[in-house]
This record gives sequence, structure tokens and C-alpha cells, in this order.
Amino acid sequence: MSLVQGTHQETGRPAAARTSWLAWPEFNQPAVWLVALILLIMPAIASNFFLIEIFATTLILGTIALSLMFLAGYGGMVSLMQLTIAGFAAYMVAVFGLSANANISLGWPWWLATPVALVLATIFGTLGGTLAVRTEGIYTIMITLAIGAAFYYFTNQNWAIFGGHTGINTIATPKFWGVDWRSDVPYYYVTLGVAAFCYFAVQYVSRAPFGLALQGVRDNPRRMAALGFNVNAHRVAAYAFASFIAALGGVLQVWNYRQISPGSVSVGACIDILIIAVVGGITRPVGPYIGAFIFVILRTFALDLLVKFGLDGNRFRLLIGLGFLAIVFWSSDGVIGLWERWRRKAAMKGGGHGHR
Amino acid sequence: MAIDSAAPRYSAVAAGAALELRGVTRLFGALAALTDITITVRPGERRAVLGSNGAGKTTLFNCVTGDFPPSSGTIRFFGEDITHFPPYERIRRGLRRTYQISALFPSLTVRDNVYLACRGVSRGRFSLLRPGTNDALMHATEQLIQAVHLTPVREQLVAELAHGQQRQLEIALALAGAPRFILFDEPAAGLSPTERRELVEILTSLPAHIGYIIIEHDMDVALRVVESVTMMHNGRIFKEGLPHEIEADPEVQELYLGAGHG
Repeated sequence: MSLVQGTHQETGRPAAARTSWLAWPEFNQPAVWLVALILLIMPAIASNFFLIEIFATTLILGTIALSLMFLAGYGGMVSLMQLTIAGFAAYMVAVFGLSANANISLGWPWWLATPVALVLATIFGTLGGTLAVRTEGIYTIMITLAIGAAFYYFTNQNWAIFGGHTGINTIATPKFWGVDWRSDVPYYYVTLGVAAFCYFAVQYVSRAPFGLALQGVRDNPRRMAALGFNVNAHRVAAYAFASFIAALGGVLQVWNYRQISPGSVSVGACIDILIIAVVGGITRPVGPYIGAFIFVILRTFALDLLVKFGLDGNRFRLLIGLGFLAIVFWSSDGVIGLWERWRRKAAMKGGGHGHR
Repeated sequence: MAIDSAAPRYSAVAAGAALELRGVTRLFGALAALTDITITVRPGERRAVLGSNGAGKTTLFNCVTGDFPPSSGTIRFFGEDITHFPPYERIRRGLRRTYQISALFPSLTVRDNVYLACRGVSRGRFSLLRPGTNDALMHATEQLIQAVHLTPVREQLVAELAHGQQRQLEIALALAGAPRFILFDEPAAGLSPTERRELVEILTSLPAHIGYIIIEHDMDVALRVVESVTMMHNGRIFKEGLPHEIEADPEVQELYLGAGHG
């Protein structure tokens, strides 16, 4: 019995295992390096269509879904307004930057408009979070969905700032150092850089006091208060952190399409982010990117596949929905959950050196 | 015990009482869970609260920690009126508690649990930086884990721990930082005789300036680790006295001890 003094056995863990908690255990896995390498040399492998329509889009949607994963996975807060925050950032880039709608856009240079958009979107998301943390569970979902829906209808009807239902078009993208950063290869590297930054930031913070405390709040908010934590302040801070990540995704998105309209911030699009996060798995930061990849592949190719079978191509959402159902049915933790179960089985067969 | 035995950050003699409740009443709808509770506990005093189920013992703890505030009355902690403070402000002032049913973080490791407890009563709760190898709180965390004999399982998830180990962890969380006063809610619940002996050892070896109130049904545990006893019945204080007085009191025996001690 562990309580009895004198019977402790040291588990004999090497000293490295002890310090790995503090540093970056993520880098110990060869698979991580392999994926990083493939992503880095992607422009040499993939056509420009794949580079932008598949991989850059995956990275953007994955980053927005990552902000939901951070809130839901670590904080236990399911926010449906993450795409709305991204869309808000996108609109702000259009409003403060340059676009064809000269009566709306202020025409600031990108290096000024982008930080302003990020800050405003973070404030927007934090204010939404301040409302949402007053509730729990399904009510959090309702409030954030309401914010998303309200923003969608507001952009539809507001012409002075948001350009009504036609939105804002031909938005200028960064050009400097003699590079057009919206041309395919540079843009791919921009999205890869931002996505990598967000991914590692979430991974890192999950083991920092702020992220650990957030997981504590998820597991037992009452005890967290009894340990000296201001639980609501912690939750609001989590929304701020997640809002910034979502805003980065939004800026990438508006640079990708060079236009923003209410269709991009519709309730359906908000729910797509939820689907992406859940399909991928919300226990780890890599989940949303896996989910986004599956989502983008289905969205891009399901149409052709359906037509081939003589069905209406517009039914591709049916495939996504069925895939969503299947994954949730077989694994409550998305693709990551399936993967981990498979690894556990393989480890047990192969003599069982455990992993986590 | 190797817990923070350095001089307490607060002067224990500055204020008369560690904990002072005056006329504390707690209503749940029409039901009075606590009625007009007045208790004064000196700094460093160790007291047991006895009473049958539903006597209001845990409600009393919840009022003191702010889990739910009293409907009326005042609570002072080392002279400061904390009646309307949120729980975390009370904890930061040196109040601690354990829960009758372990309230831990099951999906985190033992070390993360204890680290959170240490972090909760110090600065940097929002820190985005992972702690370094010579982080002071990491050091305090390891010491605390050792103090409750959980070192061998410190990297295990709490959900995987045995019941007794979870109870030990529950106590470790309450000892983090510089506690001045601790509320133990049935710390011996579900422990084996050996584990109970361990518990008594931990409680009696706490630094003298740390007072506590313990709710405990096991008289062998309760009366060995306290110097005073409060009997509660139906949400009221029924009797206060020294352990042997309470034990010998015929009314108390009839009400509470009678059942188990013939």
C-alpha cells in the first residue's frame, strides 16, 4: 500500500523522463519530424491546386478548429462562435486595409491593418467569451451560436461597414521584399508558418500553468476555486487566447479568397468548424488539422464521386454527414481516438511497451 | 512532515481568532441547513466537528470556504471579514479545505494536481511559460508529493489511483502553499486501518501554527488529533468541549456515540 512509509519503490524511470515534462516531449517522435518534412517540401510534390485548395485550406480551417479544440478539449467549453471570430478578423482586414469597396475600406497598409484586425477580433471573442462563461454546457453552445447567428445577420444587413450581402471584394494582400505573398507557393508557406505557430503554441501552453489550470477548470471548477483560482477569469482568458488563434485563421482566409461576405460567416460554416474539430478529435491539437484534411478532401472530391455514381453532386454534405456519424459512432474522440485505440492494440500484441 | 515549515507569511498572533463565525445561517429554500452558528477557533487550534448525517457539518465548511455563502451572519478569517469573498480570495488568504468525496482532477497526473494546488496560491496562475527544471513551485510540488507518500505514482493519472491514494492526494492539495487554517471533511472515509494510522500521523505532525477543523465519524481518528470538539445537531451547535468531556457526556452519547459505542 502506497501509504505505508518505507515500502516506496522507485519506479526506476530514467532522469530524462522527468525532465521531458518540462521541455518538448513532442519532438521525441519521428512521425512528427516526418510530417513536418513532408509539409515543408509539399510545393515540390503537389500541384498548385492541391497546394492551395487542399493543403492551405486544410491549414486555415484546422487553425480555426484548433481554437475550438483549445476551448473544448482543455477548457470543456464548446464555442460555436470560433468561425465568427475568424470572420470578424477577416472583415476587419477588409475594412482597415485596401479593397475594391473604396467607400468602406480605409486603405491602411497590410502591416497596420492586420494587427488591428487581430486585436479587434480578439477583443470581440473575449467579450463573447465573457458572456458565455456565465453559462455551462448546452447553454454555452446556445450563447455562442446566437452570437454567430447575430453576426451573420448583422453583416447581411449592414452596408456601411460590412458591405451587406455582397460583402467586400478584391481585398489587397501583402506584397513586400519583392514577393507577392498571395502567389501560391509563398502563400502556402505563410499558412504553414501560421498554422505551425498556432499548433505549437497550443501544445506548449497545454503544459504551462495557464493550460494546466484550464484543464483543472474543465475537470473540477469548484475544486479549482478551492485551490485559489478565479475560475471565470481563467475561462475568459482561455477565450481570449482561442480568439487570437481563430483571428489568425480568419486573416489567412481573407488573404486566400481576397473577399469576405456573410456566406463565409454563416451558421452552417460555424457548425463546419465544430464538425472538423469533433471528427479530428479534441483531445490533442493535431486533431483539428486531421479533421480539416478529411473535411476538405470530402468537400473537394465527394462532388465528383457522387456524380460518377449518378447522384446529385450537391449532396456532398450527405457524405460528410455520414462520415461524421460513423466517426462519432465508433470513436467518441474522433480520428485521434481511433488511431490511439489501434496503437494500443498493436502495442499489446507486440509485447506491450505502453504509451500515452 | 516536509511541508512548508518556513515561518508563516502572516502573523498568527495579530488577530485574536483564526476563524470566527457569528450567527451564521444557511437556508436551502425553506430548509435551514445551518441555524445561528457561532464558533471561535484560535490560531493553531485543532477541533473536531461531530454530528450525525444531516447535522450541517459539510454545509458549515461550504459556508466558510464560500462554496455557497451563508444566508446571514458573518465569517471572519484572522480578523478579516470574508463573508462575501469569493472562494479563491479566501484560499489565497491561507484557508484550505479537503472534500468528503475526493474532488481531484482525474485526467491529470498526480504531479499536475499538486502543481495546480501550489500554483493556485501563488503568482503566475495565467503564466504561458512552462516551468523550468529549477522552478520553485516544481520543487515545492515534489516535496508535497513526498510528504504524502505519493512519489512512486507521481506520474500516474489520478483516475488510475487507488482510493487511499486519492485521499492522500486530497490532503496534499490542501497543504500547498502556506496554509493557515484547514478544513478536513472526513479525511478518513474509506481508508484501511493502516491508512488511518498514516492519516493520524500526517495530521499530528502538521506545523503547530496550522489550525484545522476536522469532520470525522471515526472517534479513534477524530479524538486523537484534536484539542476541542463541537457537536452539531440539526444545523445547530449542540455542545462544545474538550474531547474527553464530549466523549463522557451522556446527552452526546445518546445522540451520537450511542449507536456505535454501545
